[in-house]
Amino acid sequence: MKIKNQYRISAKYILLALIIICGILMGIERFSGGRGPIGILGGYTVIPMQKGISSIGRWMGDLTDNFKTLDELKKENETLQSKLDDMMIDNTRLRQEQYELERLQELYKLDQNYADYEKVGAHVIANNGTNWFNSFTIDKGSSDGIKADMNVLAGSGLAGIVTEVGPNYAQVRSVIDDESNISGMVLSTSDLCMVRGDLKLMSDGRIRFEKLPNNDNKIDVGEQIVTSHISSKFLQGIFIGYISEIEVDSNNLTRSGYITPAVDFNNLQEVLVITSTKQDLVNGSDEEADRKDEQQ
Amino acid sequence: MKRKLITGLFILAAFLLQSTVFSSLTFADIRPNLLIVVTASFGFMRGEKGGMAVGFASGLFMDLFWAGLPGFYALIYTVIGYLNGTFHRMFFDDDIKFPLILIGVSDLVYGLAVYVCLFMLHGEFIFSYFLGHVILPELVYTILVTLILYQIILHVNRRLEAEEQRSASRFV
Repeated sequence: MKIKNQYRISAKYILLALIIICGILMGIERFSGGRGPIGILGGYTVIPMQKGISSIGRWMGDLTDNFKTLDELKKENETLQSKLDDMMIDNTRLRQEQYELERLQELYKLDQNYADYEKVGAHVIANNGTNWFNSFTIDKGSSDGIKADMNVLAGSGLAGIVTEVGPNYAQVRSVIDDESNISGMVLSTSDLCMVRGDLKLMSDGRIRFEKLPNNDNKIDVGEQIVTSHISSKFLQGIFIGYISEIEVDSNNLTRSGYITPAVDFNNLQEVLVITSTKQDLVNGSDEEADRKDEQQ
Repeated sequence: MKRKLITGLFILAAFLLQSTVFSSLTFADIRPNLLIVVTASFGFMRGEKGGMAVGFASGLFMDLFWAGLPGFYALIYTVIGYLNGTFHRMFFDDDIKFPLILIGVSDLVYGLAVYVCLFMLHGEFIFSYFLGHVILPELVYTILVTLILYQIILHVNRRLEAEEQRSASRFV
């Protein structure tokens, strides 16, 4: 028989102590905003394991791709070839327009070009394990130059924003998450709206937009929505998705509806992180303006 | 020591599986809650203290790697582990119904707590939607997974207990 320790602390007191620790943890987050030493420790233990598991998953995916038949591949090659030809024609036309645009921009002294932000590729290694939120972990962190508030793209569209950074991982909140809230803009009319993620739409992969002014501009289903110029965290002109439904609100002042995002969040594997944040750009242009002021 | 190591491995495995493998094994975008199965099982198998420790550790993992407020999930899981631990006296390891009910209720409590703290306070009052589309599907899927996962935990627990009894009786 085991000899019982006479001075055992009652379970109730331990419970109380743990509750207080949790309370303190919640309080610390408000003041420091960081993950602290446990986060760093986790970064070097758990993240490599998640990387391992997800790379096995990727390898298996590649393996199933290898079993595609020759016929399928030939057919796919044909369609891709014809698509490529179309693209080439489009590309030459667009390039001509690009030159024209550059010339005109030069005339107007507009040198901002939103299309070429610098990007870093990253793999998605884990998802949020709860059913309530939609965030994911990528395998690049502060040692690769990732910072909080950097925008994350997948394919051509906006996937999310970096919320937390560890030494070798970063957490990204996707645009369909319930806590996501983005200032958007209709590409054709430049009307501003709010793009909000919603848990109720998360399973359909849709997002909602609100507060689009109900003015004379006609906006149809299929119009593109991009990030707006007034957003404080999202860079301007990143494609969010197409309008799939639009209706006038009962107050007759605003319009709202649904967006089909450009990104398929169910099989997200590779993403691109834009390595400049909006804050950097704003500060940078402020400095430039200051310098100009000084010169004058 | 061996027990602690194995318990830690269970938490880690459940955490890793939930965030990677089960993301591709979702039904209607719902994944099972493996950590609650581990927390509740260790709770009623090992008593209040064991349940609390496992709950705290699994909650901390969720807080750190699935974003959100650190300490929030740890708090919920600690309390769930403790409450399951109070049923330790009523637990017999040849009965599967009782653990299933406890794990189901634990998952329900977890779902309700998350809804009230993170969604109702945001102004999302359509409770029936959250109940029908998140909480109950998760409950069903979790119970299905429990049928397998619980057998493994039970088996390991039996082996460990037998070993501990053997080494304890050596000192009599």
